[in-house]
Amino acid sequence: MSIDRPAVRRHAIEKPPPEIGAAEHLRYIRDMMERSGSFTAVPGYGAIAMGTTALAAALIAAQQSSESMWLAVWLGEAAVAFVIGIAALTRKSRRVGVSLHSGPARKYFLSLVPPFLAGALLTSALWQSNEVDLLPALWLLLYGAGTITGGAHSVKIIPIMGVLFMVIGTVALFAPAVWADALLAASFGGLHIVCGWIIARNHGG
Amino acid sequence: MARTADGTRERKNERERATAFPVELDRLVHERIRLGILSALAATDQLSFNDLKRLLATTDGNLSVHARKLEEAGYIACTKSFEDRTPRTEYQLTSLGRHALSSYLDQMEQIIEMARR
Repeated sequence: MSIDRPAVRRHAIEKPPPEIGAAEHLRYIRDMMERSGSFTAVPGYGAIAMGTTALAAALIAAQQSSESMWLAVWLGEAAVAFVIGIAALTRKSRRVGVSLHSGPARKYFLSLVPPFLAGALLTSALWQSNEVDLLPALWLLLYGAGTITGGAHSVKIIPIMGVLFMVIGTVALFAPAVWADALLAASFGGLHIVCGWIIARNHGG
Repeated sequence: MARTADGTRERKNERERATAFPVELDRLVHERIRLGILSALAATDQLSFNDLKRLLATTDGNLSVHARKLEEAGYIACTKSFEDRTPRTEYQLTSLGRHALSSYLDQMEQIIEMARR
């Protein structure tokens, strides 16, 4: 008894042209490099500039008689430091040819931003509940936390700086309120300048 | 026995992949897992065995076989240590490995360039 089977037609499997294979290999190499690499475009000179403006802000803030003016000085400094940071980051990433949309850069920012955002929201909440004395510790601890998490995808000095911020933040939590400006100057000023200098020296500016 | 058959098949596949290109390729670099190891190490100082395994989504056995081949060729260097009594293996790209990857990249670009002409 014969069974009718549909005719099986064998198609020749065509190999892709070499240039398609080569392009795919290049994509694979780039993908691997992006996924394993760390974000090295952190700006050292930008950190030094941020530290310098923080020292100036600490001097000005220490002379303020009202809490609102003191807060205004430090919020102003945060805005100035933000602008300096973004400008320096953009400039360095262009110079060293690192995209701010690359895998390591995205991981760096995604780890850095949430603690900073939490800091901004808690600043508003603590101001409204008249707990201004807690602000320096809050800023230092959350800035440190953000720098440690973001720094996990960047050069080694960044998480080390984050740990030092958290140490000073812990001191600020239990220290008298009059130490606040000195601790903020030592951290946002001193640590940024020292770590910025190390980054500039070892990681291309 | 199965291992020998797999090994033969793998070598055949590598040969086929390498000969599909119009230029002579470094077969040691051309294999996908090994190319992944070299590319990953080129972008960072060093990576642990577990980091590489996670990045390449491969098995312990597969990774160690390919890493050993690269190590024997002098393309990567391996450091073994203990961390809290747990063995830790770290890999680094050597200058020879960086040169091999760079030559391979040049060859890939050359192939694309040839197709454009």
